[in-house]
Amino acid sequence: MDGYYAFMLIATALVLMMTVPALALFYGGMTRSKSVLNMMMMSYVAAAIVGILYVAIGWSMGWSGDGTFFADPFAMAWLKDVEPTFYIGVMFQMTFAIITCALISGAVADRMKFSAWVLFIPVWAVIVYFPLAHMVFSCSESALICTRIGAQDYAGGTAVHINAGVAALVLVLLLGKRIGWPKDKMRPHNLTLTMLGAGMLWFGWYGFNVGSIVIGYDPTDPSAFELERFVAETGRTFANTTLATMAAILGWLLIERLMHGKATSLGAASGIVAGLVAITPAAGAVDIEGAVAIGAIAGAVCAWAVGLKFRLGYDDSLDVVGVHLVGGIIGTVLIGVFSTADGAGGIDGLLYGGGLGSLGDQSLGVLVAVLYSGILTAVIALAIKYTLGLRLDEDDEVGGIDLAEHGESAYDLHPGSFSSGGSTGVLAKSTVRTEEGAQA
Amino acid sequence: MKLVTAVIKPHKWEDVRQALEAVGVTGMTVSEVSGYGRQKGHTEVYRGAEYDIALVPKIRLEVAVDDEDAATIVDAIERSARTGRIGDGKVWVSPLDTVIRVRTGDRDNEAL
Repeated sequence: MDGYYAFMLIATALVLMMTVPALALFYGGMTRSKSVLNMMMMSYVAAAIVGILYVAIGWSMGWSGDGTFFADPFAMAWLKDVEPTFYIGVMFQMTFAIITCALISGAVADRMKFSAWVLFIPVWAVIVYFPLAHMVFSCSESALICTRIGAQDYAGGTAVHINAGVAALVLVLLLGKRIGWPKDKMRPHNLTLTMLGAGMLWFGWYGFNVGSIVIGYDPTDPSAFELERFVAETGRTFANTTLATMAAILGWLLIERLMHGKATSLGAASGIVAGLVAITPAAGAVDIEGAVAIGAIAGAVCAWAVGLKFRLGYDDSLDVVGVHLVGGIIGTVLIGVFSTADGAGGIDGLLYGGGLGSLGDQSLGVLVAVLYSGILTAVIALAIKYTLGLRLDEDDEVGGIDLAEHGESAYDLHPGSFSSGGSTGVLAKSTVRTEEGAQA
Repeated sequence: MKLVTAVIKPHKWEDVRQALEAVGVTGMTVSEVSGYGRQKGHTEVYRGAEYDIALVPKIRLEVAVDDEDAATIVDAIERSARTGRIGDGKVWVSPLDTVIRVRTGDRDNEAL
């Protein structure tokens, strides 16, 4: 069916937009003004690196065949033997790899060497993300999480959000706290960027969740396309994604109002993301009441969980753990409670008389994802820490990572002061093309 | 000559400017400053993390005047900047030794 193909083209572009620029804006607004460019660059450069790497071996590791942890990395390297009619499926999966890597960046704001990030990302993608994506999404005969354990994950609660959240936690433990944290002021420098980014993430997430429909489509035999199932399932995932997000905004704001006195814009933006994260694995499995319940629970629990870092003392700068790890676990585990037999997984959860079986499978799936990601992220991060080094110099961190790592400032807030040129700087001699310079 | 300096609430700036214009003041220097006195800062909460914002934004204005005009000007500022609530600011007068108009080289009272 032509419509399915058009839909996948749009869904894929939407998911790419979630990283560039939505996530970059969401995170960028929450950093201090001296770190916003580096924060955004971590997402942009992750897109560039992981995208090419995905085509090189990522697709092959995920989808070229069977395997408990991953498939043959070279059987379909550089999309060998993959028909162009299947390229959009490759691109769709690529955008998931990109955003999973980019999600981690929020935890390490202000202090991770750019070179260390550029090295960490491809190694982590190959060793951690590509295998987990295989275990969860490929559902090949012996894939660990999907087939052997039988845990449901519609669009990536385990492979994307728990994975990125655990990696973020491990990385900040090895990287250490920012200088001055938690005593110094590190309040967000531009929440309008964060509000914009959160709104764009919500929009893009329709590509992420609704586009994750798995349905047989053979371009040479369009008549075999199951139109009715396609319409019903996309309708369900679209509605669930929407309602869970709305419930999560309200859940977050309510807890915030009770705990801290005010309903904040950052709370609303965070609630959007918490709800989207939690409904990601459950988008196909639950009905709309289940979606509202999962969203509300995720919003409320994540609003509380972002305070854990102050009690436990880990500097997860922009709350990747509190939102993505906690929200991902909530959504994945609660499938065992709220799933219905008419959903995509065909299993009734605890609440609908299905017993504890699904809850057990879901919990085991979470545990495997946490252990796999945690252990291997630690190995990678330790290797980089004791070779290249993870952490920026102290002086550079205090002076601002934008200037230290990129030689740029995000904002020129005082044009006209202290100079006649309408800005706070003058062109350096090496850049100005003078008569003598042109002749030489 | 005297230098009259006032630190006032930003939203009273337009009232103060009009009051000074009414008593014949033709120029002044204004800057955006921050500080605190009896009016303390405030608290902001981001994802549950509370920040004490100690400094309060203010407008600081400076007018150089003849000795005999100082009292009128202080009075005009006092009247126009007052809201009666904590944080209305302060006005103070200090002696000025020398004033020079850069364009003409005029000195002291000629330069005001």
